[in-house]
Amino acid sequence: MKSRPLPINSTFGYGPVILTIVLAMALRIVSWPIEVAVFNPDWVLLVLIYWSLAIPERVGIFHAWTFGLLTDVLTGRLFGQYALAYSLVIYICLKLHRRLRQFPVIQQALFIFFCLLLSQLLLFLVKNLQHPAQLKATFWLPVLTGTFCWPLVFTALRFVRLTRRLK
Amino acid sequence: MSLHRILIRLELKSSKEHKKRNIAIKLLFTNGPSINTRLLVAVIVSCALLATEHRSQRLDPLRAVLSFFVDPIKYLVDFPSLLLRQTAESINTYAELKKENEDLREQQLVHQTRLLKFAALEKENIRLRALLENSFKLGEQVLVAELLSVKTAPYEHIVLVNKGTRFGVHQQQPVLDANGVVGQVFRALPFSSEIMLITDPNHAIPVQVNRNGLLTIAVGSGQLNRLILPFLPNNADIHPGDLLITSGLGGTFPQGYPVAVVDEFTSQPNKPFANITATPKAHLDRNRELMIVWSNSTPVPLISKPITNENEIKAAADK
Repeated sequence: MKSRPLPINSTFGYGPVILTIVLAMALRIVSWPIEVAVFNPDWVLLVLIYWSLAIPERVGIFHAWTFGLLTDVLTGRLFGQYALAYSLVIYICLKLHRRLRQFPVIQQALFIFFCLLLSQLLLFLVKNLQHPAQLKATFWLPVLTGTFCWPLVFTALRFVRLTRRLK
Repeated sequence: MSLHRILIRLELKSSKEHKKRNIAIKLLFTNGPSINTRLLVAVIVSCALLATEHRSQRLDPLRAVLSFFVDPIKYLVDFPSLLLRQTAESINTYAELKKENEDLREQQLVHQTRLLKFAALEKENIRLRALLENSFKLGEQVLVAELLSVKTAPYEHIVLVNKGTRFGVHQQQPVLDANGVVGQVFRALPFSSEIMLITDPNHAIPVQVNRNGLLTIAVGSGQLNRLILPFLPNNADIHPGDLLITSGLGGTFPQGYPVAVVDEFTSQPNKPFANITATPKAHLDRNRELMIVWSNSTPVPLISKPITNENEIKAAADK
């Protein structure tokens, strides 16, 4: 992210952040045919990562935790597993956001890959706790597709952020 | 001299502004607990939530409250397909509608004639059960719910319908379609509920062979057109083509609804159990309308209960 940090008194509110996350949640549960559905990446986490890198003073761990909890309800998982995964990943992003902003998008995507892998690993552990050894290898595919989708998410949300700030 | 003063003043001013800005930034960042503390709190609370829900149902009210925010998203995602269906329905031609109407009337006639005998059979069944000093079960009530075209997890057979606790839906209710058993209500939220299909790998349903009453359990395979019967011995009396119906054991599913048809039987001589698979009767991947069933499972005693309680004896004596 080459852009300057946001001015403190900017009118940039939470509106676009919430709107994009709701959109990501909708994308998360769109009823694709099963062949496509196994590739469906974790859009909510991608969007959260973007906002935590772009405006870390506004999107923090508790926001990630709250949206994680809502994702739990949305996808009918055990309560708290997405909340746990999201807050951990966003913590790492917040710790490293100054360095990550300097990276080119491709290099960021590599970092995103490890973030998504961490999140999926946590989900895997919780799932295994519930009913062990029933997941196929396709469980890990969303990590890869999420990595490939990062440039797309980055460009789209950057566009949203810049247009909103101009107003 | 004046220039010097002005310069100093300017410098002072800028440094003041800088300080102000710094303070503002500091205030922003030191507002509230540090990031490490926040993470610790978030992790502890999530783990507590996970542990609580893993063991009990105590968090269901919280889930219901949060679903108020989330359920609109489900309906939003479902909206395009709803619109598509409605427009497709509204541009049917007159001839098509007429033909469909005729077909439906014909079907209705067939069903009506079948029902003619049903009332007599039901009465006879009750009388026979009375002879056996048995109790009979009351009929069932159904609620038609429509599927939401939403996919929450690709590797699980869980579907969402548009009726929830607002309509009195509750957990573990059986769900049927016109052809057979579909599954059971896995979780009921205020405006939607999650239904686990019988083919989910975590689902098992007690069944019996309609031909001879052989009891067993049908387990989901993870494929939409396949159930597995893992607990029958190699010499079990079961053939391809046998109809499996719910046995009513376990109390979740009412007795007598068709579940699946056996399509393969291979005995495994070196193993204790045979390899048997069945195809579900319900159209799990095609139907949009599902029926949620309230089975009145309290049996009606046909012979009066023997009086055991002392108070009841007194009350009877008073009468």
